[in-house]
Amino acid sequence: MNGFQIVVLWSDVLVWLLLASGIGVGVLIARSPPLLAAWRRVGASRAGMASATVLLAFLGIGLLDSLHYRVALDGKPGEKTQYAIEVLSLLDALVGPLRTENEKTYSAPFATHLYAKETIERPGQGTLREFPRLRFGGSHLAEPAAAPADIAATAAGAAALAVLGWLALVVLVANRRENPGDPTVDRQNWPKIGWSRLWRGETVFAWNAVLLTLLLILLTLLPLFALAGDYHVFGTDKVGQDVLYQILKSVRTALIIGLVTTLVMLPVAVLLGIVAGYFRGWVDDLIQYLYTVLNSIPGVLLIAAAVLMMQVVIDTHPQWFATAAERADLRLLALCFILGITSWTGLCRLLRGETLKLRELEYIQAAQAFGVSSWRIILRHILPNLMHIVIIALVMDFSGLVLAEAVLSYVGIGVDPTMTSFGTMINNARMELGREPVVWWSLAAAFAAMFILVLAANLFADAVRDAFDPRAA
Amino acid sequence: MLAYIVRRLLYAIPILIGVNLITFALFFIVNTPDDMARMQLGIKRVTPEAIEKWKEARGYDKPLFVNSAAGGLSTVTETIFFEKSVRMFAGDFGRAEDGRDIAREIGTRMGPSLAIALPTFILGLFVTVSLALTLAFFRATAFDFWGVVICVAAMSISGLFYIIGGQYLIAKVWKLVPISGFGEGLDAWRFLILPVCIGVVAGIGSSTRWYRTIFLEEVSKDYVRTARAKGLPETLVFFRHILRNALIPILTGVVVVIPTLFMGSLLTESFFGIPGLGSYTIDAIQAQDFAVVRSMVFIGSVLYIVGLILTDISYTLVDPRIRFS
Repeated sequence: MNGFQIVVLWSDVLVWLLLASGIGVGVLIARSPPLLAAWRRVGASRAGMASATVLLAFLGIGLLDSLHYRVALDGKPGEKTQYAIEVLSLLDALVGPLRTENEKTYSAPFATHLYAKETIERPGQGTLREFPRLRFGGSHLAEPAAAPADIAATAAGAAALAVLGWLALVVLVANRRENPGDPTVDRQNWPKIGWSRLWRGETVFAWNAVLLTLLLILLTLLPLFALAGDYHVFGTDKVGQDVLYQILKSVRTALIIGLVTTLVMLPVAVLLGIVAGYFRGWVDDLIQYLYTVLNSIPGVLLIAAAVLMMQVVIDTHPQWFATAAERADLRLLALCFILGITSWTGLCRLLRGETLKLRELEYIQAAQAFGVSSWRIILRHILPNLMHIVIIALVMDFSGLVLAEAVLSYVGIGVDPTMTSFGTMINNARMELGREPVVWWSLAAAFAAMFILVLAANLFADAVRDAFDPRAA
Repeated sequence: MLAYIVRRLLYAIPILIGVNLITFALFFIVNTPDDMARMQLGIKRVTPEAIEKWKEARGYDKPLFVNSAAGGLSTVTETIFFEKSVRMFAGDFGRAEDGRDIAREIGTRMGPSLAIALPTFILGLFVTVSLALTLAFFRATAFDFWGVVICVAAMSISGLFYIIGGQYLIAKVWKLVPISGFGEGLDAWRFLILPVCIGVVAGIGSSTRWYRTIFLEEVSKDYVRTARAKGLPETLVFFRHILRNALIPILTGVVVVIPTLFMGSLLTESFFGIPGLGSYTIDAIQAQDFAVVRSMVFIGSVLYIVGLILTDISYTLVDPRIRFS
């Protein structure tokens, strides 16, 4: 076992910081009865909980991919240890063969032969033009014709395992005691959830939706990974890299774009929005002017201009980055920052309008009459009453940002071309539908994964909005 | 009315100045012209002479704000800020990397952009408003439920998928229309029909859902109950009362878009090879033609501000409750 050096990328820091603040906000919510009640409503929504389960699965992949390290190279003892230039993550270590088992070029999903014919020398038969066997896909089989049976057997085994694991989970949940969070109920007599209530969906928390989604996820993922060791489940791309591996790596990029961007713009939007609405006068004029100006520049063009300029900065300072991963990482963060600058105006305007309404309410007037300082009023009375708008904006923006990343990377102003993302996958595959025979698997896999992520995010956002928006109730 | 429009126009001036300053800061202060020259010339050909020549050819060799060497009025005019930023207000955008005049290029490319964007906009608005009205009419039924489900699914699909998939299926597999290109005159419809249809379909999901919420908000208002109480048939309530009142919030999002239609769509134009402003911008981004990107940012902002003014004016025309004040 070689030694390794832990690499902390800036985006990793932000991801873990985000997770920590998420947990912190969770604790705060548990203390605030109205917010807790709203989250309970989200918990009761079936669509909301099913989509939350899917999102958590994506989040798990993204977190695994956010622990980076560099492997030490073999060197003579006594010399200073050198580390590989390639930055790996925990996810790379877990899916090992997916990353390293590269073919020569395209191969279809579950294929045992390459997509293109090659000239092969056969002893005794001269040269032939035929489809060569893949180096790794199905290479454990002596006879390629046995592949369908082998695939079916492996998939069935993994599916059976998935169902067994799922049943164990269901038993756990069914034996749980229903927790209504109601202190008046006698602790001893909390009813068990039980099979029938679970089945009929009579639980307070939408357990049946969560369990059903989990079954689907397990039934997809377990066979997928069981097969991924021997086959290229989603095929390989032009340089022979496994498409499933690229999809897994893209998840982190999408999550960072969707979450870090909002994190960047949130403090600015909240602060400026409240200040403009509360103090009015010239502060309000100035802030309104600022966001009108930023808003009037078309988003894509502002992003294009900023990314072009940032690229110039990065290219003229190569000494800042030890590895290519660090350079790509900085570009990703800069993109988040730029997207944040272009997207805070909407939330800021909403918060300003709401603050204007709130500051005329009696309890705030009373606080002012008591001589409570402005900042204290903002912190204690206005901010908590704007939380629902902030939470709704946070979840609503996520899906839009994930979709925007694909378009921006396609245009060439998105993430670094060396960084795997849904956008770069689509961009690299843009000409493949024009080939004969058609290479469809890269595009299909990228679009499908993106669709599942965005759909889950949209459904979750709807559930959150329904639960938090006082108008919807 | 006239005084109102003039006041709105005057209000636009500081915003335009702000936009101009931001683009100037982004293109000339964050990066010096030297950096841009290095980027354009590539690593190999970078010599101090080459950089000087590159800057001189584009007029980037002058001082940023104050040219004390020139003397007189030229102290201010012989600078990068004046020549590259202030002259944009007069419609002078300078030259692109290939030496062509940007203003003229924009003039000739506006036509093809509009030929795609205008039909997409009108058809899209008609289709989505009708769909949303239908969903709102059948509200709280299975039809409405599945309609919303389909809308959410449709808005979760990447815009790139609609373009790539549509182009592959209709133009390549079924060979109904040419894959890409653009023709002059009446012949152009064969090239236009596919991008327009794809543009309309891609917008259905989010717009229909948005308009449906607006209609549903109107449905629960008092005047609708009054209309029903008078005994008006439901169709009349919908078309004469709800539709007309819901048009006011719809107007906010729609009018502001109209001037920006001139800018064209980046993705559609680059996929279908349409020589409009969208593909011009994309080519400039990919070739790192800073002058063109800068001009497009400025024009886009001008058009957006025109859209805002039009929105305000259209409000006062449609909604008698709003006065010219």
